[in-house]
Amino acid sequence: MRNALLIAGRELRSYLRSPLGPIVAAAMLLADGLLFQVGAMAGTRLSAQVLADFFYWISGITMIGAIALSMRLIAHEREKGTLVLINTAPIRDSQIIVGKFLALFTFLFGVTVLTAYMPLLIFVNGRVSIGHILVGYLGILLLAAASTAIGLFASAFAKTQVISAVLGTALIGVLLLLWMAAKVADPPVNTFLLATALHHERQKSFMIGVLRLENVVFYLAVTYFFLLAAIKTLEARRWR
Amino acid sequence: MIEIQALTKYYGDRKVLGPLSFSIAKGEIVGLLGLNGAGKTTTLRILSCDLLPSSGSVRVDGLDVVDHPHEVRSRVGYLPDHPPLYEEMTVQEYLVFAARIRGLGLEDAKKRVEEVIVATQIRSVQDDVIGTLSHGFRQRVGIAQAIVHRPRLLVLDEPIGGLDPVQIVEMRELVRNLRHDHTTIISSHILSEISETCDRILVIRDGEIVASGTEAELSTRLLAGGRVAITVRGDAVQAKRVLSTIKGVRNVEVLEPAEPGDAVATFRIDADRDVREDASRTLVLANVGILGMSRSERELESIFLRLAKPDEANGAQGVA
Repeated sequence: MRNALLIAGRELRSYLRSPLGPIVAAAMLLADGLLFQVGAMAGTRLSAQVLADFFYWISGITMIGAIALSMRLIAHEREKGTLVLINTAPIRDSQIIVGKFLALFTFLFGVTVLTAYMPLLIFVNGRVSIGHILVGYLGILLLAAASTAIGLFASAFAKTQVISAVLGTALIGVLLLLWMAAKVADPPVNTFLLATALHHERQKSFMIGVLRLENVVFYLAVTYFFLLAAIKTLEARRWR
Repeated sequence: MIEIQALTKYYGDRKVLGPLSFSIAKGEIVGLLGLNGAGKTTTLRILSCDLLPSSGSVRVDGLDVVDHPHEVRSRVGYLPDHPPLYEEMTVQEYLVFAARIRGLGLEDAKKRVEEVIVATQIRSVQDDVIGTLSHGFRQRVGIAQAIVHRPRLLVLDEPIGGLDPVQIVEMRELVRNLRHDHTTIISSHILSEISETCDRILVIRDGEIVASGTEAELSTRLLAGGRVAITVRGDAVQAKRVLSTIKGVRNVEVLEPAEPGDAVATFRIDADRDVREDASRTLVLANVGILGMSRSERELESIFLRLAKPDEANGAQGVA
């Protein structure tokens, strides 16, 4: 764990020192704020509905942020030639991947926490339960973890950042749209497709403040699967 | 220290290395000499466990790189051809990070970083951001990260690539100073660098070692003696005559004097053996002063061309 934390610490500092981190964070917060104002707060609505819409909008922004930043995790280092430093250190590939994952997840966690003033604004003219807010944010963080893991796998697989971004976007896009495929598929395929869709039904319960263990397990499983795939990809590259 | 047996490496279906076998003793500085694409970098990447071999055995300090990669990595310091530097970090931060991921504790890492900053003479830039450093300092920081964890084996891939003449001299000095603590393998296609820095040369061609030995051994074996340049003061005609009488001398050619002065002449001797001792003795007996004597710069070049690219060598020999 020590090595993973060392890598995470260095990666996180690089986000904060380079223009990329602050720019992406600012862009995410700006988009979150605008969507909250224009989308969630439009018209006269129930407070719980406003909060659910808020989580819907920021879930999209979080996925975009995860893809934008995850492409640099491995692919950028490979392009710059710095990957060899950690590749030739006595560190396991799993520690490299976990360290990279922790860095980006921490960054996204920080940005997500900075949006907390928006649901609190609802208390000015309405009422929502704290539990609804916490469950909604848990859903966002689980989605952030899964998106980061998917992006990290793409970054480990791709030779360049551009390919990584395209691959990560494609993977998330496919996983997002599985619910549409489920509509035209016959049972039991449609049930499977619906169950594996990354956002649709899975996020809906978090957005309305309902915590279902199966959804938590789903996101954790997706995260684990893609982290494992990233580790195996990194290992395989040594054999090429 | 290094034992390589029948090492091969494939990228997909394409064989890029092997079968390669050689060994390096503890404390040696060995040069891996070859043209671009000969397999030098692949060999070094396998030694540093960045890549794994397709087949064969690679042992570093008695440990197999496939079975014990972590133990091997902790014993190896690797400087690739482009130093792996994080541009946004300061030199000191970067070296502490490099030390810590190699297993050193924070206090030990800081202490060790102080030592390598002195050893690699980068004190003046220790607080600078790496992105602002000159090429020479970047190479030095690259060496510093490679030695920061006190590795037993130092693997340097083209360490003087892109350096100016002053930086080359400084880097050569730095590498020489490291020989007391490390077994070192250096790859290069710069002939003089290998010749001046290394105890032994391994010539690699198409992924295979085609020759091994000191410069003198390779010269004797491949050029059967070779060339010697001699600068003398005195009667040039007599000097040329007596040099021509030395056993084994094929030709004595008068060159532009290597230094200014009255009655100074420079000769290039082509011989089928090393004639330096006989030449100095003969010239002294003929009352001709010797100002300088060295193997011809082109000798190592000839060795290199013969071994690394035989077709080219034949052409070069014809011209010479």
